Amino acid sequence: MEKNNTVAFPQAKSLTGADTVKGFFRFVLRELKPKGKILTPFNVISALIILGGLILIVIRFAYGLGSITNLSQDYPWGIWIGFDVVTGVAFAGGAYTLCFVVHILNFKKYEPILRATVLNGFLAYCFYAGALLLDLGRPWNVINPIIGNAFGYSSVLFLVAWHFLLYTFCQFVEIFPAVTEWLYWPKVRKYAKLCTTGAVIFGITLSTLHQSGLGALFMMASNKIHPLWYSGNIPILFFVSSVFAGLSMVIAESTISHRVFQDQISPSHHASFDDILLGMAKGALGALFAYFFLKVIDFVHGGHWALLNTPMGYWYLVEIIGGIVIPIVLFTIAILKNNVRLVQVTAIITALGVILNRLNISVIAFKWYSVNRYYPSWAEVWVTAAVICMEIWAFRWIVSRMPIMREHPAFPDEENAPHKETEVVQWKVSAS
Amino acid sequence: MTISRRNFLKVAGAAGGVLLAGGQKPAQAAVPDADPKGLEFYGMLIDTTKCIGCRSCEEACNEKNKLAKPDVSFSSETVFEKKRDTTPEAFTVVNKFPNPKDPEKPIFVRKQCMHCNQPACATACLVKALEKTPEGPVKYNKDRCMGCRYCMVSCPFDAPKYEYNSNMPYLKKCVFCFDKVKNGEQPACVEACPEGASFFGKRRELLEIARQRIYQNPDKYHPYIYGEHEAGGTSMLFLSSVPVEKLDLRMNVGNTSYPEKTTGFLYAVPHIFILWPTFLFGLSYLTHSKDKENGHGEE
Repeated sequence: MEKNNTVAFPQAKSLTGADTVKGFFRFVLRELKPKGKILTPFNVISALIILGGLILIVIRFAYGLGSITNLSQDYPWGIWIGFDVVTGVAFAGGAYTLCFVVHILNFKKYEPILRATVLNGFLAYCFYAGALLLDLGRPWNVINPIIGNAFGYSSVLFLVAWHFLLYTFCQFVEIFPAVTEWLYWPKVRKYAKLCTTGAVIFGITLSTLHQSGLGALFMMASNKIHPLWYSGNIPILFFVSSVFAGLSMVIAESTISHRVFQDQISPSHHASFDDILLGMAKGALGALFAYFFLKVIDFVHGGHWALLNTPMGYWYLVEIIGGIVIPIVLFTIAILKNNVRLVQVTAIITALGVILNRLNISVIAFKWYSVNRYYPSWAEVWVTAAVICMEIWAFRWIVSRMPIMREHPAFPDEENAPHKETEVVQWKVSAS
Repeated sequence: MTISRRNFLKVAGAAGGVLLAGGQKPAQAAVPDADPKGLEFYGMLIDTTKCIGCRSCEEACNEKNKLAKPDVSFSSETVFEKKRDTTPEAFTVVNKFPNPKDPEKPIFVRKQCMHCNQPACATACLVKALEKTPEGPVKYNKDRCMGCRYCMVSCPFDAPKYEYNSNMPYLKKCVFCFDKVKNGEQPACVEACPEGASFFGKRRELLEIARQRIYQNPDKYHPYIYGEHEAGGTSMLFLSSVPVEKLDLRMNVGNTSYPEKTTGFLYAVPHIFILWPTFLFGLSYLTHSKDKENGHGEE
């Protein structure tokens, strides 16, 4: 492994502090070149999707939203908000959940997957923000709520927007040590590491508020959302579901990346990987239970029994049974039997359940009474697929260059050492 | 130990204080009061028993707001065959409904922005592109708008409409001829109404007139003023001869103002901004202090 790592970071020596700015740019340019085989099936297909998506985006900006989307006066928000943003942010919830577990609760077991998860969260936020710009009618005015050209304090969206922005920055701070290792900036890395705890605590607080804030967005649409889905507890439901949504996504995502980036993973991490997945399944199970009871309380308090025996009621049962009850049962079996494969399958079912829930609130149960229902156009789906492909490309580019999955040979993992100099220093700094 | 309890509390307190200052802003939830400057909201009383469906209001609105001419002329009655909604090119529309009391005389009802006392759209807007003015109209500052359409999601009456087919789109809705109302003039649609079916005035006075009409003509009017309490009260008030739900006036909007639905959440924000970091710092300190003890033990 040691040998592998030195091969993976050939520039480590050449980029010492004495190097010039010119050298830095030359290094970055060199790193921009693709690695490995270019003409793989995935590359070809995703490149075509991205190319098509870019063409659609040009059409959208030239002729307006109506040219490629099925948005209407009845449905101002389609899947670019309902899926790209509302669902995507829930899936990015794994980053703050794992940060809480590793940095605050000090469970070192999950450390090997932390960087990849935070990187995923960071990229997700960057790309969702990008997807959000596509949906805005006048995206150049997005700067207004940030520079203070009339702050709409009373708006939940104002809160969500600011927390979105600040949290993306927090995630960048959390992932920054990996960047400094890649560039071989040991001094910067030392200071970057000091900021981690603060960023984590601030990040968790921001996440709590904007995950639930995304739900609170729909509180003013109370007369438009089907009563089985509308509840005054939407913010809490959104927050709790973001925990198991995030964990399921981490399980699914790390399963895939472990296969794709197999050569980067150290043997010890390989050995502990099953244990990590089972642990996360336990976390997801706990959150699922909490969510299920909240749902039951909402349902009973709402007195919605009669609504169950309607088409929307059946659809509601699909979401509750398929997306919550079945995952609870399967996760329980998987944990009892130590069945990692079942954990992975259940994680995917849970993720589908979350997609269903978010789309229900934002699109399907929204204006459920409307005659002119909204269905995403093929172009909306295509652009969404293109955004996802771009994100995967970005993830792959970073993982194959920076120490995300693997350790940098020059920076051994001091986190796992029992006595941690850095941790002590962190406390000194935050206390002064 | 590298941190004393006092230092820890200091940090936690400072962090909480700073975050509170940042987090308090949403809690000040700038819901406009009924009359922040001692002014009274203007409103419009729409007496559907007087409307003859001449669509003068539509035509006047179209001219005033320089909207595109409709495909079917304003004098044509064919438009009544289908129920219409407002569009980016029609801020007010008149719809025809059968009259159960007198089949000979159909009921005509106008539809436009309701200009709520506490509008959901203005609260939803994160750049204050929509604003409740002290005079009553909910106006639109188009230069601020970023086109997120959260106002459309929030509005219980679906009043805001959007220019989906423009690459420089704006939100379109009735702004109660704000420029005219500000100068003490009547909105264009009221000026154009030949029957006095649309009646302009102070909202409080309009409510008195409406009640008076109901008391004096109990046979003619259904005893309900639509808009008095809907969504916390609106500037548009409707009188009719039949129960209003038959006239496509939404009865599912409730009587609380829409901004109130999110205040609970927004008020919780500063609390979370104090409690979460304090709790997390404490928890992190507890879980990590064990490490340090172990570390020291090994030394």
